[in-house]
Amino acid sequence: MDEKKGPGDEKYICRCEEVTEAEIRDAIRAGARSVVEIKRWTRAGMGICQGRSCRRLVERILAEELKLKPEEIEISSFRQPVRPVSIKAMDE
Amino acid sequence: MRNDEKPAIVVGAGPAGLCAAIELKKAGAPVVLMDENAKPGGQLFKQIHKFFGSQEHKAGIRGFDIGKELLAESLRLGIDVRLKTEVVGIELGLKVWAVEDRTKSYTLDAGKLILATGATENALSFPGWTLPGVMTAGCAQTLINVHRVLPGKRILMVGSGNVGVIVAYQLMQAGAQVAAVIEALPRLGGYGVHTAKVRRAGVPFYCSTTIIRAEGAESVERAVIASIDAKFQPIPGTEQILDVDTICLAVGLTPSIELSCLAECKQIYIPELGGNMPAHDEYMRSSNQSVYVVGDIAGVEEASTAMEEGRLAGIHAAWAMGYMDDQTMKIKTDETRGRLQALRQGIFGQKRFAAKERILAMRKDA
Repeated sequence: MDEKKGPGDEKYICRCEEVTEAEIRDAIRAGARSVVEIKRWTRAGMGICQGRSCRRLVERILAEELKLKPEEIEISSFRQPVRPVSIKAMDE
Repeated sequence: MRNDEKPAIVVGAGPAGLCAAIELKKAGAPVVLMDENAKPGGQLFKQIHKFFGSQEHKAGIRGFDIGKELLAESLRLGIDVRLKTEVVGIELGLKVWAVEDRTKSYTLDAGKLILATGATENALSFPGWTLPGVMTAGCAQTLINVHRVLPGKRILMVGSGNVGVIVAYQLMQAGAQVAAVIEALPRLGGYGVHTAKVRRAGVPFYCSTTIIRAEGAESVERAVIASIDAKFQPIPGTEQILDVDTICLAVGLTPSIELSCLAECKQIYIPELGGNMPAHDEYMRSSNQSVYVVGDIAGVEEASTAMEEGRLAGIHAAWAMGYMDDQTMKIKTDETRGRLQALRQGIFGQKRFAAKERILAMRKDA
């Protein structure tokens, strides 16, 4: 298929932090091996939705790049608060 | 309630969480039910179609009516329901961190914790998927059935499973046109009765087909679809352009496991039920014996099974807290399991039944 690469061809994976598929594949090719490592490398999954939209997409790209089965992908770590909480709320 | 006693905390007031809280309260156990939304009921209030199953499973009743019944019962019982309350953390020893109305943060000790956090709709990434007009099917369903807003006039539905065909039909009922339903697999995925209704209305279904891109200046104006080969790669020359303003993604759900991970519940991977999820035993107890998991978080199924799983956990937790004798607990859980088993029949149910049996077997091995 003709694969022209214009701005409209950019495939975003993490919408909150605006991380593209190309950036995630680059991170894996440079050595990232898990959702957590990709998170730290690219910020994918560190935005306001905390990876609820992109976690599965990142897992799929990892499986593809590393030729792993989906169940072999290490589960992302979660830390509290799992939702954004304003500092003001925590101040109480 | 004894004065210094820690309540059972139920997170999520959808069908599973409501039923768990109802069983606990009926047994006389202290219970607090928390939900992030302004209204309890979870996804029940957007289900305007009739449910399947037998009489005792509320078959033939529409989802929102089941929701109303459960709400009425929880009000009658006087359950402590805390709305607009997000549970954002859990500490072992069982402390729940909640944020009310986004402004008031507090912690509450739990005797038992029942996680009924549901599932999140999967995304699908393709060039243009961030354009306004691309949304999940559940989002479109909330817009039409809860807020009475039509998201667009011409729809492409991506995914032919139950969510895809049910929402496609409801979008038509709401006044939209459905340009096509596409399915990546070589066969359709939804219940025949829902699929047939959409097909009879003249909507084309394309199997082994995916979306290549969404196009449009400010929002979706077109979708490009193409056939795919056995390796799910697009076949050049098969592209078709559909004039649509809305693209709905109905490509599965993932259990919302975040809190169960914080509670250190052992996770397992069950592809038929949505991917990674906390393992559970025959009472819906996770590997953390104080934490139960019910409904979609314990494997994506349906509202009817979620309600029975909620009851199972509620009954067992009430017993574990000393509010039910052994024999009553055994009778009630056996009854509930019987109804669950009846719900997991038929071609769709059997697959889920087999997957659930695998989960129980894994727990025994662990």
